[in-house]
Amino acid sequence: MQKYFHSVKLDEQKCKGCTNCIKHCPTEAIRVREGKARIIEERCIDCGECIRVCPNQAKLALTDGLEKLQGYDYKIALPAPSFYGQFKPEVSPSSVLGALLEIGFDDIFEVPVAAEAVSRAISAHLQQEHPRPSISSACPAVVRLMQVRFPALLEHLVPMESPMEIAGRLARERAVREKGLPPEKIGVFFITPCPAKVTAVKQPFGGSSSVDGAISMTEIYGRVLRRLEGRPVRTIDPQSSGLGIGWGSAGGENEAVKTGSLLAVDGIHSVIGVLEEIERGGLDDIDYLEAQACTGGCIGGPLVPQNPFVVRVRMRNLVKKHGSRSKAEFPGNLDFYRLQAPIRPRPVLKLADDVELALTRLEEAEKIAAELPGLDCGSCGSPSCRALAEDIVQGYAQRSYCIFELRQRLQILAAEMVELSHKPPPAMGREWKQSREGGGHNG
Amino acid sequence: MQMQFAVAGMDFGRAGDATARIKKTLQLAGMEASTIRKVVIVAYEAELNIVIHAYRGTLSATVSPEQVKIEAVDEGPGINDIALAMQEGYSTAPPHIREMGFGAGMGLPNIRKNADKLNIQSEINHGTRLTAVVYNHQKLG
Repeated sequence: MQKYFHSVKLDEQKCKGCTNCIKHCPTEAIRVREGKARIIEERCIDCGECIRVCPNQAKLALTDGLEKLQGYDYKIALPAPSFYGQFKPEVSPSSVLGALLEIGFDDIFEVPVAAEAVSRAISAHLQQEHPRPSISSACPAVVRLMQVRFPALLEHLVPMESPMEIAGRLARERAVREKGLPPEKIGVFFITPCPAKVTAVKQPFGGSSSVDGAISMTEIYGRVLRRLEGRPVRTIDPQSSGLGIGWGSAGGENEAVKTGSLLAVDGIHSVIGVLEEIERGGLDDIDYLEAQACTGGCIGGPLVPQNPFVVRVRMRNLVKKHGSRSKAEFPGNLDFYRLQAPIRPRPVLKLADDVELALTRLEEAEKIAAELPGLDCGSCGSPSCRALAEDIVQGYAQRSYCIFELRQRLQILAAEMVELSHKPPPAMGREWKQSREGGGHNG
Repeated sequence: MQMQFAVAGMDFGRAGDATARIKKTLQLAGMEASTIRKVVIVAYEAELNIVIHAYRGTLSATVSPEQVKIEAVDEGPGINDIALAMQEGYSTAPPHIREMGFGAGMGLPNIRKNADKLNIQSEINHGTRLTAVVYNHQKLG
């Protein structure tokens, strides 16, 4: 059985073996081998950076198709907060939600409603004793980044489920209650802005997910748009408040949590910078850190159809329009929101399971890295000279993969061959020398 | 295994670089997450002390499966009263350093809090040698 599920996949046909993706991966999870990019499953956090930078569209996000709806009697769509900002201002959210009912869903449950509920739970949590800063657990790519690169900070994560999980749970409960259906006949589908959420559904942190599938926002967007252009659709009054919708763009989560001193950071490489600072013992004057892997927040997700800068403005207007309190009621019991299981480290960066052996390999890698050219060109298929050295000591690569070293060795070899060619065997003494000199005169 | 880095006084732009390298090393070695966290805090505060107070110095780490030893050796003004410097909030950092958000007088107390062993030797107008050890407690079970 596959140990890790990943939404991020490679299209072998399209991959040219260029090195764009390996250099942008925040966990150095990609190598180029035999002319194709290979993802190291243990390291990949499904952030989708490689999807963004691939010039050949060879990286893709595996999502569920709409055909998966057919396995259920009653299908509920969970639109993410970022979905609301994808449409022009003249398209009302009520008709967008209504259109979802005409492309195959029987009901909707708005994730922003759950986001508002989760905000309150986080706020209550922050009023109790907590590590400073507490870190948001809403972005699954950030959580997985921490499992791999910042395991010591996992205790800072707010032990609350994401708005998606809470929405899924509330949606199913409502359908059971109101429709009298058995839970397994109800299909709950998240409209996702990113591959990280797909993985969060397929391989949840807490062992099980309340969501049955995740469908790409781009796909749903296209269908809704086409439907809206046809005859008028039904309308559904949105229950969401501006606070919940705001979660879709950077800073919105803090706006809704609004407790103590808050810091928001977006973009995976900026997130790494802030987490490093926390690891050094800094930022203990901050109560809560909102951290999102995508620049701009979820509206910057790899599966979001519209330009994030345009969407940001629309989101801001929606937030204003929808006020600060939703019409919905949600459970007040804090335990309802708590993560089912603690989030464990994924120590996949180590060079060996045994510390002694790892240290021996590390010394070897240091030596090799010092001898490599240090250009970090990526032609060897590893993201940097340093990474190549680490790959070599683990037996995943060879010294000859470095094209500069290879060229240098070829040059030496060539020089030796020339030198050798000037050393005639004694039996070929004079005649051979004459013929060479004669040739020179003729030339 | 041993590694050593030169640290320049007043070079705030690069403060933390040596610590980042040490952290990466410990992760590659597969040390316990809690060990890494403590070492990172100790190393960073020691590195920062060189940057803030000294002219130049070196930060080194000696790693074995049992422990990590951090050593910070500097040429600088030295510490007048080590016991006083160990108190939380005591700082000799000038105002312009404090304005940058450094020099709050938590450096040495933080090191002491996170190190299992700590030794500081200092000579006025000469320099300081700080040696801290963090044990790598293997998780049982």
